[in-house]
Amino acid sequence: MAQRELLSGLPVDWQKLKTMYYYMVLSRKLDERMWILNRQGKASFVISCQGQEGAQVGVALAMDPSVDWITPYYRDLAVVLVFGMTPREVMLGFLAKRDDPSSGGRQMPAHYGHRAKHIMTGSSPVTTQVAHAAGLALTMKLRGLPGIAASFLGEGSTSQGEFHESLNFAAVHKLPLIVVVENNGYAISVPQIHQMAVVNVADKASGYGIPGVVVQGSDPLAVYEATMAARERALRGEGPTLIEAKTYRYTPHSSDDDDKTYRSRGELMREKADDPIVVFRNWLMTQKQWDDQQENTLLKKVREVVDDATDYAEQAPYPDPSTLMDHVYYSPRA
Amino acid sequence: MAKVKLTPELLKEIYYYMALSRALDDRMWILNRQGRAPVVYSANGHEATQVGAAMALNRGEDWIVPYYRDLAMVIAYGETPREVMLHLLGRADDPNSGGRQMPAHWGLKRRHIMTTGSVVATQDVHAAGLALASKVLKDGRVSLASFGEGSTSQGEFHEALNFASVHKLPVIFLNENNGYAISVPARKQMAIMDVAARAQGYGIPGVIVDGNDPIKVYEVTQEAAERARRGEGPTLIEAKTYRFVPHSSDDDDRAYRSREEVAEWKKRDPVITFEKRLIDEKVMTQDELKAMQQRIKDEVNDATDFAEKAPLPDPSTLGRYVYAE
Amino acid sequence: MAVMSYLEAIRETLRQELRRDSRIIIYGEDVGVRGGVFRVTEGLQKEFGEDRVIDSPLAEAAIVGTAIGAAINGLRPIPEIQFADFIFPAINQIVEEAARIRYRSNGEFGVPLVIRAPFGGGVHGALYHSQSVEAFFAHVPGLKVVIPGTPYDAKGLLASAVEDEDPVLYFEHKAAYRSLKGEVPEERYLIPIGKADLKRSGKDVSIITYGLMVSYALKAAETLEKEGISVEILDLRSIRPLDVEMILDTARKTGKVLVVHEDNLTGGVGGEISALIAEHALFDLDAPIRRLAGPDVPAMPYSPPLEHAFMITSDKITEAARDLAKF
Repeated sequence: MAQRELLSGLPVDWQKLKTMYYYMVLSRKLDERMWILNRQGKASFVISCQGQEGAQVGVALAMDPSVDWITPYYRDLAVVLVFGMTPREVMLGFLAKRDDPSSGGRQMPAHYGHRAKHIMTGSSPVTTQVAHAAGLALTMKLRGLPGIAASFLGEGSTSQGEFHESLNFAAVHKLPLIVVVENNGYAISVPQIHQMAVVNVADKASGYGIPGVVVQGSDPLAVYEATMAARERALRGEGPTLIEAKTYRYTPHSSDDDDKTYRSRGELMREKADDPIVVFRNWLMTQKQWDDQQENTLLKKVREVVDDATDYAEQAPYPDPSTLMDHVYYSPRA
Repeated sequence: MAKVKLTPELLKEIYYYMALSRALDDRMWILNRQGRAPVVYSANGHEATQVGAAMALNRGEDWIVPYYRDLAMVIAYGETPREVMLHLLGRADDPNSGGRQMPAHWGLKRRHIMTTGSVVATQDVHAAGLALASKVLKDGRVSLASFGEGSTSQGEFHEALNFASVHKLPVIFLNENNGYAISVPARKQMAIMDVAARAQGYGIPGVIVDGNDPIKVYEVTQEAAERARRGEGPTLIEAKTYRFVPHSSDDDDRAYRSREEVAEWKKRDPVITFEKRLIDEKVMTQDELKAMQQRIKDEVNDATDFAEKAPLPDPSTLGRYVYAE
Repeated sequence: MAVMSYLEAIRETLRQELRRDSRIIIYGEDVGVRGGVFRVTEGLQKEFGEDRVIDSPLAEAAIVGTAIGAAINGLRPIPEIQFADFIFPAINQIVEEAARIRYRSNGEFGVPLVIRAPFGGGVHGALYHSQSVEAFFAHVPGLKVVIPGTPYDAKGLLASAVEDEDPVLYFEHKAAYRSLKGEVPEERYLIPIGKADLKRSGKDVSIITYGLMVSYALKAAETLEKEGISVEILDLRSIRPLDVEMILDTARKTGKVLVVHEDNLTGGVGGEISALIAEHALFDLDAPIRRLAGPDVPAMPYSPPLEHAFMITSDKITEAARDLAKF
């Protein structure tokens, strides 16, 4: 990343770049805490964003949460944090507590949803969210709303029929949509070569007559720029863009997976050399925008936030079993 | 394409199936308008694509997984006019379904024509599966799925092409692009000009061919089949063509396309232009042509009479073949 | 005879079948190198190669649809759907195609196909990793649905499913994978599809159930025996076709029937069983038929108090059977 042109002529807003870094670190630290809680037996399941923070923050910060909508997938912790979900809310969901805004403790962790924050509720069958995002974007187009929708998915999900159906629909109707594929090379254990016969997911864009853009996920600025361009295109009424962020996950698929069965430690180590957080921090430092003191202050702040969220969620009540039958159908809220 | 050897016999055979299909098709509409056949789906206009593709395969050995418009393809593949008419009229001896399915839902195991349903694009996946078995069993067979451009919007189209390209399966995806999915024009179906452009997303060749020229379709299909047999994987062929009739006997196409547009395409009617070409190039004499046309007429009459006299299924068979017997 | 877990019984049967018949292939998401997310297919790719144990792209409609084509061209595919909850994108291929192909072709084409899928809850899987989906498929003529409740049955039913000429859905309870153990003979044997099994003989109350619930019901029966209540347990093993004769026999014998399933109550298999008994054995009953089933919420929630409130347990079965015995 050191060789890149600085923001390709975009005005440099160092505060925004520091915000970018903050969210990358915050999501990494929250994620690490989740694994600790899992290993302590306090949480039955973790699914991680680790390694993909650069791609996630780069996209999310190029969006406007006041008018835009997102349909994230289970790896998008950094995306939902940028969109305004608080660390406390994240931990409430993680520990399946009553006040979890995503599902009141009904869904597995990382199935994010937050109406007020424009985060569409998601499920576990992959790729349904891309169709939902196209639908959100259709409403924006039909009603002349100022925002766009962005949908996030892994590269494995691009094999699903709904990926194709959604992109085709959005392209025909020129919907204000960005489809972000966080390509980490594996669908659980299945490597990309068994998933598709093309090198780049972005190659699929030509079949829909839309732009397909490849960006390096460890370079949040590149992701940010690509997203800004896609968003502007969408707002101009020119239709969707497919963005492929090349990335890698540093953890197993989930706390129930063992990735040693399908990828080597050497590969993992090589990939970790491109850790988006480290790369970005070093770059900020070479730009004289960051130093050890700022780093320590940030880490302390993040630790406090993560501790607070953990304590808060641990002390929060579980849902009452009597609420099992609530919300099967519409009922006016009290 | 120098390697293609099109003998006069083969050219005549191609014409014969195209003309036979058209004649059967025309008869079906008459039967429908007379109230003797409840519904008709036509190949009318698509004959060149269908016969060109079928003749390039090892007929009866390679699998075809057709769609409802493929009358010309299935007769070129060995389904007889009598069998077609038994199917149209829902007779007990209809080999496609014993009168259970709507007309034009082909399936003839004897000739390796896979059974087909009404939900579009399911057949794309089946063709990939047939090819998967051929790859595992090393039986040398190629599978061909055909479908309209509208069905390329279905998820199963995508899943089939992706699966087949990842596993380099011996399969051909033949799109008969007639520009309309019932009433919806292609520009509302996809944001690209050519279905073939979708091939790039799967890392496979996408070939565009004039669907009203049976020789060109024959050539590209033959090439795709050779590629498949060499283990190099699938090909997507887009044959640009047109249907001259409404979607079905229950449709009225005046609501969505102009008479001028239909007339313009009819100038390139594949049966008429190919007939003229065979005469002009002296592949066939006028006498031969007349004899063949008489033979076709006789066959259609025979098939109609045969099917009309054939028994309907016995109501007591309603519950049969839910499971293996 | 070796003692095996439910999971091992399934894996060893797959291995035995793959060795026995070279036409059999297995494929699905993560079934190859990873050996499946539950490790059911562990080691199979190594033994049989990548052509017979295939990691497929992440696309359920393609997994089932290609299996249909492969079956018709001479293979015997055993596709896996990673979780039963993810079977719905393939409904079109299963219901519209596989189930109807024989009928629509007047018997000419058939689809010998076994679709395996882990199902059921109680494993903190939440709404999309806990579902019981059998009733959707039990409704469809042309399909067969089997759900083994013991390692022994898991083997015999899987072998029968592989031999069957029609599409069979073979559902495996996730919570049973490692918790259920039992003796499993090494040699191949078949348990006919459509044949129920009397897992325990009794005279006061009949419990009709299947899958994981069989073991829960057996535990409940032991508790009740100490209270002087004699419980008979009928394990359906096949949900479609149902063993009507054995259902009616046990209903007539005890006169009191409790149907148990984890799947949602309304439209569940219990409704069909109750209807059969009401139609054919109403006057042999001494009490109204009782159903104990998953509550009518869309799926099982994640948070422990909610999951527990949903899940059928041995205690809940004991209580329901005791009530019924006292009627």
